[in-house]
Amino acid sequence: MAEPLLQLSGVHTHIGPYHILHGVDLAAPAGQLTMLLGRNGAGKTTTLRTIMGLWRASSGTIRFDGRDIAKDGTPDIARTGIGYVPEAMGIFAALTVRENIVLAARNGPVDSARLDWMFGLFPSLKRFWNLPAGDLSGGQKQMLAIARAIAEPRRLLLIDEPTKGLAPVMVRSMIEAFRALKAAGETILLVEQNFYAASALGDNVIVMDDGRVVHSGLMSELVADKNLQRRLLGLSLDAHQ
Amino acid sequence: MTGMAVEPSASSEPLPRAKTDWLPLLLVPALALLALPLVGSGSTWVTLTVAGLAMGMMIFLMASGLTLVFGLMDIINFGHGVFISLGAYASLLVLGPLAAWAQAESVWLNLALLLLCILAAMGVTGIVGTVFERVIVRPVYGSHLKQILVTMGGLIVAEQAIHAIWGASPIPIPLPATLRGAFIIGDVVMERYRLVAVGIGLLVFVGMQLLLNRTRIGLLIRAGVENPEMVEALGYRIRRLFVSVFVAGSALAGLGGVMWAFYRQTLTAGMGMEVMVLVFIVIIIGGLGSVGGCFVGSMLVALVANYVGFIEPKLALISNILVMALVLIWRPQGLFPVARR
Repeated sequence: MAEPLLQLSGVHTHIGPYHILHGVDLAAPAGQLTMLLGRNGAGKTTTLRTIMGLWRASSGTIRFDGRDIAKDGTPDIARTGIGYVPEAMGIFAALTVRENIVLAARNGPVDSARLDWMFGLFPSLKRFWNLPAGDLSGGQKQMLAIARAIAEPRRLLLIDEPTKGLAPVMVRSMIEAFRALKAAGETILLVEQNFYAASALGDNVIVMDDGRVVHSGLMSELVADKNLQRRLLGLSLDAHQ
Repeated sequence: MTGMAVEPSASSEPLPRAKTDWLPLLLVPALALLALPLVGSGSTWVTLTVAGLAMGMMIFLMASGLTLVFGLMDIINFGHGVFISLGAYASLLVLGPLAAWAQAESVWLNLALLLLCILAAMGVTGIVGTVFERVIVRPVYGSHLKQILVTMGGLIVAEQAIHAIWGASPIPIPLPATLRGAFIIGDVVMERYRLVAVGIGLLVFVGMQLLLNRTRIGLLIRAGVENPEMVEALGYRIRRLFVSVFVAGSALAGLGGVMWAFYRQTLTAGMGMEVMVLVFIVIIIGGLGSVGGCFVGSMLVALVANYVGFIEPKLALISNILVMALVLIWRPQGLFPVARR
């Protein structure tokens, strides 16, 4: 594995009276796509939100490029170069597609080469450029949410369930877009429930259950080992059915 | 307007643009046209319409800040009324030393005096707004019940402070000389001061629209009204934006307070609180967080009050509630819903 750009060590998160993350240890190597898998309620979304500072880690360290960001505020964490796509996409529905992108490019106008690259990944955004983002379909909103995260160069992308609720054709488009992002050398930590999408994309895989990391390794090993798949993913399902 | 000039490279076909929601905007002219046959006389109709628009502009000035504070910060600020009163009283800081300007028969001196009163009001209410946000509002972010109680408490304390500083008796403030009286064109009577109020209201509205739609700070405010958490996740410090909007909202209330005070020509500590019901009605009609909605709502409420007051005076008291009920039946989130609350 390459040197981790992001490293969580013993991270605990409480939301109100609930103890959600129980000492999470994980790493996202630079330039690779790391999949975060697990059943509903395993703690995947909480992990991403804790990294972004949207929920505060009660203990543990979150090192990004060697510096502990666990105590930083969300804007400061974003300014270190972390792009975030939440599960609910978080697009600004009343703003146009263009305005959503303008806002995401905090350091100034998006240059035309980057814009063309984004339109190459998500062609429909160009067509709806001047329309309110709220008028887009679910898949297009997801594309906008990801385009917003890459509107300017980021060092790490945190993406939460991008294929959730999308039609199969849209899932395939999304997989192609992530392949292109991987090829561009982006470091990505991607939460996914769709194992087909995850296995097609991931370099590494982390499996969570009950707020803990229960497995981490290469995706190719998990894809090749049916017993491991059944034990990790099947076991989680059985335990909660 | 840094960072706004981002466009896709040239395309053979034009990109579709957002459709403007014209229906709510047509309500105001439709209402005016509907009232024409009911009022009967054309000249009376013009007089009522101009008076209604002027009243609407003043309500808009007082309400526009609150709709942003409500929409962006999710703060129910019952203390907003005190900024209206305080702004009105702050005009005394100018009217005292420059009393001669008010008596001068010069339009320019009179308008300059009004402008100075407005600047003093916005300055004082902006400063007090900063303290109010820091001391009273900030500890109760996220709790509506506490906000209502605490901001009401702040309002009472501030009103008593006004009594302590300027006395409890009403203070008359006469209009500057050339702003008194009316233009009479045929049978149509248009009070000069109301025309000034329409002009200032329009200027503020256009300024706010330009700020909100053509600048990055405006984009941030509009985005923050919808999803403040995501704005932070994009790297913007929304807390600073919150404070700025609260201060701007307080200053706008101060501006509205000055205009309202000259209209009433009397200052009382409770004058802000008296119009708060109207202010809440127009921001609910307009849609929380929408400046455009607040503008249309203000015009609707004021025009209806004027027309109904003339046609059927007994209904005037409930006309505003009726307008609100009808708008909410048609659009339960208000005319231009923005905030997702």
